[in-house]
This record gives sequence, structure tokens and C-alpha cells, in this order.
Amino acid sequence: MAVPDVKENFSGTINEVTIGATSEEGGTRTSTVTIGGETGYPMLGFEAEYPHPPAFALEISTAGVEGWHDECRKHLADVAGDLGAWAAKCEEWGADMICLCLDAAHPDNEGRSPQQCADDVKRVLEATGLPLLVWGTDVDEVDNNVLPKCTQAAAGENCLFGTAKEDNYRTIAASCLADNHKVLAEAPSDINLSKQLHILLRDVGVDLADMVMHPTTGALGFGMVYIYTTIERGRIAALSGDRLLQQPVLVNIGKEIGRVKEAVSPAQADPQWGSHEVRAPLWESASAISYVESGAELLVLRNPEALRQAKTAIESMWP
Amino acid sequence: MALTGLEIYMLLPRTNCGDCGVPTCLAFAMKVASKQASFDECPHVTDEAKEKLGAAGAPPQKLVTIGVEKPLKIGNETVMFRHDEKFYNPCGIAVLVRDTDDVARKAQKVKALSFERIGQVIEVDTVALECASGDGETMKAAATELNQSLAGMPMVLIADSSELLAASAGALAASRPLLWERGGPSDALIELAASSGLPLVVEGDLEKCAADAQKAKDAGIEELVLCPGDVGPKEGLQFLTITRRAATQKSYRPLGYPSLIRVTSEDPVAQSLQACHYVYKYAGIVIMDTDQPEYILAPLVARQSIYIDPQRPVQVEAKIYEVNEPDEKSPFLITTNFSLSYYSVFGEVDGSRAPARILAVDTQGTSVLTAWAADAFGPEQIKKAIEKSGVFDQLAEGYRRPVIPGLVAVISGELSEEIGQEVIVGPQEASGLPRFLKNEWPKLVG
Ligand code: SF4
Repeated sequence: MAVPDVKENFSGTINEVTIGATSEEGGTRTSTVTIGGETGYPMLGFEAEYPHPPAFALEISTAGVEGWHDECRKHLADVAGDLGAWAAKCEEWGADMICLCLDAAHPDNEGRSPQQCADDVKRVLEATGLPLLVWGTDVDEVDNNVLPKCTQAAAGENCLFGTAKEDNYRTIAASCLADNHKVLAEAPSDINLSKQLHILLRDVGVDLADMVMHPTTGALGFGMVYIYTTIERGRIAALSGDRLLQQPVLVNIGKEIGRVKEAVSPAQADPQWGSHEVRAPLWESASAISYVESGAELLVLRNPEALRQAKTAIESMWP
Repeated sequence: MALTGLEIYMLLPRTNCGDCGVPTCLAFAMKVASKQASFDECPHVTDEAKEKLGAAGAPPQKLVTIGVEKPLKIGNETVMFRHDEKFYNPCGIAVLVRDTDDVARKAQKVKALSFERIGQVIEVDTVALECASGDGETMKAAATELNQSLAGMPMVLIADSSELLAASAGALAASRPLLWERGGPSDALIELAASSGLPLVVEGDLEKCAADAQKAKDAGIEELVLCPGDVGPKEGLQFLTITRRAATQKSYRPLGYPSLIRVTSEDPVAQSLQACHYVYKYAGIVIMDTDQPEYILAPLVARQSIYIDPQRPVQVEAKIYEVNEPDEKSPFLITTNFSLSYYSVFGEVDGSRAPARILAVDTQGTSVLTAWAADAFGPEQIKKAIEKSGVFDQLAEGYRRPVIPGLVAVISGELSEEIGQEVIVGPQEASGLPRFLKNEWPKLVG
């Protein structure tokens, strides 16, 4: 029986963004990552093009794993004290990128100096050939002091730097422009706020094609669905031709998992939920899959086991 | 052609007799307009009106009911994206049982897959029984036992032929199981379903499903469920997307039914992730081949999340909640009335068995940080909420010290001035509360 044709065609495409530069491209990375390029809603191979599967970054932090939940920490015990070793391990675990968080620069931690942070960036670049995402502290003054030093230290490597926010984007935008990096634009779960921020960034010279957007992140069962819907809305607008929303989407999942009781509560405390060893990484990979369903292209995780699970699942789903 | 509620109202008798199950004709018309009711549910409409209304009078996707006592209602979905309206009827999440299993033990396992989360029960609400024995009587015995020990939990009966299904279908007819003949339905099963009034699975590719659905409908079977067979997650998503679009966007009747999908991977982690995939993207029933809670929890929470009404933030009443019988010296915690925030706090306090009072401040259902950023959870609002609650009358001198979430530590000074009491900054996350209540609170109050 002939079934009606329900294929959808769109005028818009998600931007392709490449992070990392190999020696031919003036950097020292041994691989680069390209995300985006889809011409339709997530994973519908019968009607659209999906040139790049989602990429996964593993997070490493200059402040170590203090405060990370135990099921994640147990994988990192040997490397958490040494950024270089940690980054190399992430490469071994199959990460496509490293997400370096400059947490130690946060005033609540040791308040690491801009120069020290730049050295951290260098150390990681030396230890791994993977492309780099560098994440500031979310404290505006600190970021504005620290990030310019870091973009400089990584000049030529075509990294992704974050985060630029509506009330603090000028310094990071200027530094990324000067040293040729991509900008991570963060606006809290609202497509209009995202658009506004992209306009601000464009007005100071950042190309719309050099941005990745972060609509903020919640774990599965912990605000995920609000952001899921924000991403879906943005995706619909992007595919209909709105150039201000055609940026690929990043979500930062690893650090959200610690808030979810179902993921972190040990089996003795909550025997009804079954094996904790299974639940902890699975919550992280399930959160990642949830976001891929809505359109996210770059996912930051912490737990290497979650990375393995999510990558395997995506392989079976991606068109 | 889509008609407005008012246009539909004009076609009704306008007697407000209530026979449709809705008190007034106008309310009924609104339901039809939002595709939540079918025009024929009003027994008094004229044929002329029916004709006028045509396809607009019935929901594009049929509502299918499985089970009787605690029925599973699936279908009646109207949109592809939850923000366009909402997803209406949460999909069934089913555990697969084989008639060769220790059925009593399996039933116990399935029963245990029920949890409470943000004030709602989330649970495996469907069971799928497969005839692995190749014997109809064995299957019937298992079906009967399962039905009894699971108190009539909605059931999918799966077998390779209608002969194998007949005995169980007969024995359980009063419990309204869903019949799934692999590769079917055969004419014999269509006949069986038609005579017993049971819902039926049609399995195959889109064309076969549409043809079989038409055939079953012509035989008088109204409630059908579509199934792509044993496919992987790519084909599965494609099938679920196309059938949902054909129904909701093209009003194509032969595919205007909810879908059932069985997760095919054997690895339990992959099962769990694929189940989530299908929960988000349009499944009516997802069958999983595991009974371990650690693998089932994520799909259950995915379902709870995606079926939240996006137009209405989930909130709790803004008031004081007493946990574990607090007295005048118990801690007094403050959070927002966003249900996730409140229940996270409640869960930790309750779980730690510490007596406490929780004040849920009315932030219109937004979380701590969102509310704070929107000026709905600042010193002034909190002060007002405290005053309105009268909670200080229940607390002894020296204990009128609210504990605020660590995420809004910046407001502690100003709040302290506003209320003229010391303010304690609590942990950043609810998960830090047990330790806080056990170790820090006693020190703080001496
Ligand atoms: S049954 Fe028909 S006439 Fe009676 S209230 Fe409902 S819509 Fe109106």
C-alpha cells in the first residue's frame, strides 16, 4: 500500500565547524574534529545529510577531581594529579577532543595566575594530539585576565574557547579573533538569548561560522528536557534558514551528573536502583544520547566508561 | 481541514447532555479541536454534521487501550515536537518475559521496577510475554500466572502463530491483552481479535503495516499497534518518525496508530540507551529484555521528562513542608517551588531521617538559579514567603535561621538584614544536605 511521502526539506544547514589544526594547517594537532553540517532533524537518514557524527570531549581540570563523584574518580586516580598524563589517557580512552577546565584559576580554589593557566594549556597541547576546548572559570574578571593568555599560548591550534556570555564577551571574542580560535557562546536555555549573543559576537567581528553554542546543560531528570526543547526549537529555526541559530550545539554533561541522585547514590543507600557501578556511567551516557536526540553535536563528558557507552550507541544510531 | 473549537461546536446539538463524558458541548468541541476526542463520541451528532466535519472529527492517531485494571493508554499524539503542544500519553515501558522463564520470579522482579521521583511514581507498566516454548498451553499457564501475580498489568502476548496465541488470548480476554503474532497478523488472528475485541499488532515495513491495518480495520478491529519488527535503532527511528508524521501531518489513517518497538541489542547498556532513543522519538510501547533496575531507570526518567507539559512548569504548592516531624529546634531550609528543586531537597532530608521544615518559595516553578537570575528568589521574595508562612512562630529563639541554597550564597547578607536573623548558607546541591544536617547543623546551633 502506497504510504504518503512525509520527507521534509529544509533551506538551512547547520554550520560545519572544525576545531584543531594539524601541522599542514599551522598547528600541532594530530587530528581535528568537525561537527555540524546536518541538513535535517537529528538522525533521519531517509531525508537529510549527516556528514559528521557527534564528537565527544573528555573533561580534565586544573583543579583535579576534587568534588567529582566516586564512580568517575575511580578511573582517574592515577592521572588526576598530572594534566599531561590525564590528557594522554583521555586520548587513549577514545575521546575526540580534550576539554580543559581552568578551575584552579577560580578564586575559591587556588586562584592560579594567568601565566600558570597558559602553561597548563601548553602542557596539555604537548601531551595530546587531540583538539582542545578550553573552558574558563565563569567568573568574569578572572576569565578576562586568564583567557587572553591562554588563547595566545595556543595560537595556531584552532581551539574552542569558552565561554562568551551576554555580559562578558568582548575580551574573549577579541582574544579568539587575535589568535584564530573558535568561540563558545553560552546563553541560558532560550533561543532568543542565544541569537542576541550571536549578534553581539558578530558585531565585534566573530564570524557566525566560528561559533559553537552552549544553551547550558542539565542532566537527564535534572532539567535536561527544558534544554532539549530549547535545542529542538533552535534546530527548527536553523533549518528554516535562521543564520543566527545555525551554530552547532555543545552540552557539558559530565559535571552535571554529580547532582543526580540516581547516578551517584551508592547501592547500599538505594538498593532498589541496582548496581551503582552501572548506573553512574549509564546516567552520563543516557544524558548524552538524550541531547543527541534533540540535536547536540559536541558533548563533554567526564567518565571514560560513559564515553565508551555513548560512542557505541551513537555508532548504532547515526545514519 | 482543521476546524476551530467554535466551528465544531456549531455542528453539535448544543444540549449539554453530558453523554460524551464531558459536561458541555463546548468543552467537548474543544477536545475534538485539539484532537483529544473523536467526533463520534457524541452519540447525538447528525450524519450531516459528521460529513461536514470529515477527517477533522477524529484524532489523527488512534487511542489504544491495553489492560483493564490499570490500563495503558497510548496514541492520540498530535505533534512531532513537545513544544508544539505536548506529548499526551506516556509510552508503555515493558519487560520481556518468556514462557520458559521462572514466571513467578520474573513477576517479582517486574513488580520491583517501581520508583518514586519528584512526587510521581515511575514504573514498568507493561509486561510482554513471549511464547518461547512453542506450546500454546505452556504460554497460557504463564500468561495466567503473570496476570495474577502482576494484578492485571497490561500485557503484550507474543507468539509465532495465531494457534499459539489463541489459548492465552482466550484465557486473558477479560484483561484486554495486546496480541502480537510475529510477522502477522494472519487472517486467523484478525478473526480472533475481531471476535474477542482485542487490540492487535500489525508488523512489517510501512507498506505492509498500512495494508494490514486497513485489512484489520475492515474486519472491524479499531485498536491497532504498528511494529517494524526486529530492527536496529536507525530503522526503528525512521519507522517511528514516518508513521507519526503520516498520521499527524497527513492524516493518513492506515498508519494512524501508536507504535510498538522491541529493543534488539543484547548488551544491557545498549538496551537502556536504545530504549531512551525510542522513548523520546515516538514509541507507544518499548519492550526491553532486561529486568535489572539499573538499566531501566534511565528510560523511565526519560519518559517522565519528555511527557512533562512544556506549557506548565511542574511545581509544588508554595508553603512549609514538615519532614520527619520537626520540633521547634529543627532546621529550616529554603528552596523554590520548582518541583525538581523541592523534591531534591525533600528526598535528601527524608532519606537522612533528619527532622526539618522546608519552605518552597513561589518562584512560579523555576529552579533556584533561574529564579534568582529573574529576581524571583531574592531577599525580598524570601522574606515575604517566610512572613506569610508564619514559620518563625514554630521555631524557638536561636533557631529562626533559614538555611539557603549554597548557589545563592550572595544574598545571605541582605536577607539577614531583611529578616533580622542570621542566615545560614547551605550546600550547593541538595545531595550535600545529609552531611550538612548531620555534621554542620549541630555545630552551628551549638
Ligand atoms: S454528548 Fe453530544 S450533545 Fe451531549 S454534551 Fe456531549 S457533545 Fe453535547
